[in-house]
Amino acid sequence: MSAPAPAAPWVDWTALWQIIVLAVVAGAALPALFAAGLRALRPGGRRAAAAGPDGSTAVTAGLAGIGVAGLCFAVVLAAAGWGIYAIVSGA
Amino acid sequence: MGNDVLLALVVVTALSFDFTNGFHDTGNAMATSIATSALPPRVAVALSGVLNLVGAFLSLSVAATIASGLVDTGLVTLTVVFAGLAGGISWNLLTWLLGIPSSSSHALIGGVIGSTLAAAGGHAVQWHNLFAKVIIPAGLSPVVAGLVAALGTWWIYRISRSLSDSARNRGFRIGQIGSASMVSLAHGTNDAQKTMGVITLALIVNGTVPATASAPFWVILSCALAISLGTYMGGWRVIRTLGKGLVEIESPQGMAAESASAAVILLSSHFGYSLSTTHVATGSILGTGVGRKGASVRWNVAGRMATAWLFTLPAAAAVGAGAYGLASLIGGSAGVLADLALLIAVAGTIYWKSRQTPVGHDNVNAEWAGSVEPVAVPAAA
Repeated sequence: MSAPAPAAPWVDWTALWQIIVLAVVAGAALPALFAAGLRALRPGGRRAAAAGPDGSTAVTAGLAGIGVAGLCFAVVLAAAGWGIYAIVSGA
Repeated sequence: MGNDVLLALVVVTALSFDFTNGFHDTGNAMATSIATSALPPRVAVALSGVLNLVGAFLSLSVAATIASGLVDTGLVTLTVVFAGLAGGISWNLLTWLLGIPSSSSHALIGGVIGSTLAAAGGHAVQWHNLFAKVIIPAGLSPVVAGLVAALGTWWIYRISRSLSDSARNRGFRIGQIGSASMVSLAHGTNDAQKTMGVITLALIVNGTVPATASAPFWVILSCALAISLGTYMGGWRVIRTLGKGLVEIESPQGMAAESASAAVILLSSHFGYSLSTTHVATGSILGTGVGRKGASVRWNVAGRMATAWLFTLPAAAAVGAGAYGLASLIGGSAGVLADLALLIAVAGTIYWKSRQTPVGHDNVNAEWAGSVEPVAVPAAA
């Protein structure tokens, strides 16, 4: 994008805020999505195990849960793949 | 000109630096995975070593040289390069002995700047670029990485709070291994290139290859092997400080930290900043301690590291300048050989000291009692 000119400014604010925004998306939102995927695989989790009145503890995910989880993990994997592509193509 | 004996010495020394770069930085990628037992220690360093090797070959655009834009390369000689490398290696070894994760890139840059200063004076250094491209980004990057990691950690714990601890740890260990692998790959790409750049610079200075040449294949191959082997040796002292000393880490935090590191390193290099992996990784690990409720951050350990970071450039520069001074005092190849003898003696002494309190794969995760972290002393030249 912004090729650093010979007389580069002390701080390239444009690059800085772009790095911050993109890093929040790639470095914080993606792991959060991974967490959402894990949670979708185990609906209820600890709470269901504690509060099952009839003794049944629903720990396994339904079809919808597995679908949501799969989607989350697919997005995370795709982003990682894109990152590797970015390295190879020369950042 | 052209002095092939001297050139060979410079190449071997550069590869030695690359090796210390590898083992000094294993912890950046793998310390969190080792601390949370996501990976057995020896598997972790082997994985990181392989990924560094792959990473070194991945990028098709081999950076010109680390020195271009920072020093006037027209004034650089083989002796200057050698003395700079001696400064970088000395600082890397000393900080490794003290278990301080300090920047290998800064050690190299500092060493080369010091020897250039001694050889050609202040006008040969491009101070503005040094600040704009090295020092200011170095100050900002750990803060950005820390903020991203803190935010990621907070989100992860909020989203996954309904999971049982065992389910959560199992899931995040997988995520942790994946994100740590990305950091290893990025490290191989970024850091191996720095040594490739130095060797290429030496080849150009010696007239072996034309000034516009990019790194020959044997340079890429040998640098990739050196950094990979260094990584595999595992700088256990630094791994211990990063994984156990700063923050007590759980696997969700490990994933948050490594994801933040990978994102910041890759994005910054996309924008043309070659950051220190170490600064970013340390910032991320601190951030993940801040982002989890109830996690305690040992700010005194962090403060000691930050102090060492401040000293890295000037200390490596002082050694680089001293090495150049000694070499030019004696003169010619004999001067460089005297430097080399001194460097080997220093390295041997540091290795011997390290054997007195060995840290290895077997005790890297031992409880932190404030032990492998002595006072940060600026290196004596």
